[in-house]
Amino acid sequence: MSPEALREIARNMVETVPQASALGFKLRSIEPSRGSILTPWREDLVGDPDTGVIAGGVITALLDHACGLAIISMATDSKTPFSTATLDLRIDYMRAATPRADVIAEAHCYKLTRTIAFVRAHAYDGDPADPIATAQAAFILKRGPVA
Amino acid sequence: MSEAAERLETFLSRVPYVRFLGMRAELAGDEMTATLPFAPHLVGNVAMPALHGGVLGAFMEMTALAQLSVISPPGSRVPKTIDIAIEYLRPGKAQVTYARADVRKVGRQIANVHVEAWQEARSKPVAFLRGHFLLKGA
Repeated sequence: MSPEALREIARNMVETVPQASALGFKLRSIEPSRGSILTPWREDLVGDPDTGVIAGGVITALLDHACGLAIISMATDSKTPFSTATLDLRIDYMRAATPRADVIAEAHCYKLTRTIAFVRAHAYDGDPADPIATAQAAFILKRGPVA
Repeated sequence: MSEAAERLETFLSRVPYVRFLGMRAELAGDEMTATLPFAPHLVGNVAMPALHGGVLGAFMEMTALAQLSVISPPGSRVPKTIDIAIEYLRPGKAQVTYARADVRKVGRQIANVHVEAWQEARSKPVAFLRGHFLLKGA
């Protein structure tokens, strides 16, 4: 698969999947085994009304989606495209997101077997060395068209 | 309305993200059941169609926070999530999802909560969540 074709699939996955589009996700980058997504801060996504901090759920969806993106990026080497389903996802929240700041997630699929993908991801809103959250996940691969 | 029901109502109505999800919750005595009606914007896989994994995780995390609001002293702020571990057992179908939280321990600062989510039958869970939450006073 050409880098252009991969980027097209990635953009589709990040911007047209209903939940991703509802959260306003934007594709930042994709390369083999890695993917990055940005989500803009929005008033209706706030989880703590006292501080204006974005809900943990948004970060969960963002990290989950970035992990899926990193796995799909491995499809460059594969003739059959595949979709993914989350098996488990563990997230540590290091600090609250900065109110009104966009959040970026970067994911790395560091091991892909025939059926399972292992992925790490982190989310930040400024300095990548000062993460909001880190994630560790395992996904099942389903052969067939990318959803 | 009982004090616990009032605290739950306050939590649900004050958190904008609860409305984004479309989540509701009801108390029966001290047992709370959270409900997530299906909505098109919650879909993560159009082909199946299935709920986004992040949505199921988020719904269970909000269920844990809602349950903590029920047992917290009046005026407490929303607890802060420290960590969560989500296990996915089945795809979340395009239909209503339910969840219940079991507060396993409440310490001075930290609560340990387990959440279970299901659709047609509670005996067929779609996902579990375990989490630690930092409690904040008024």
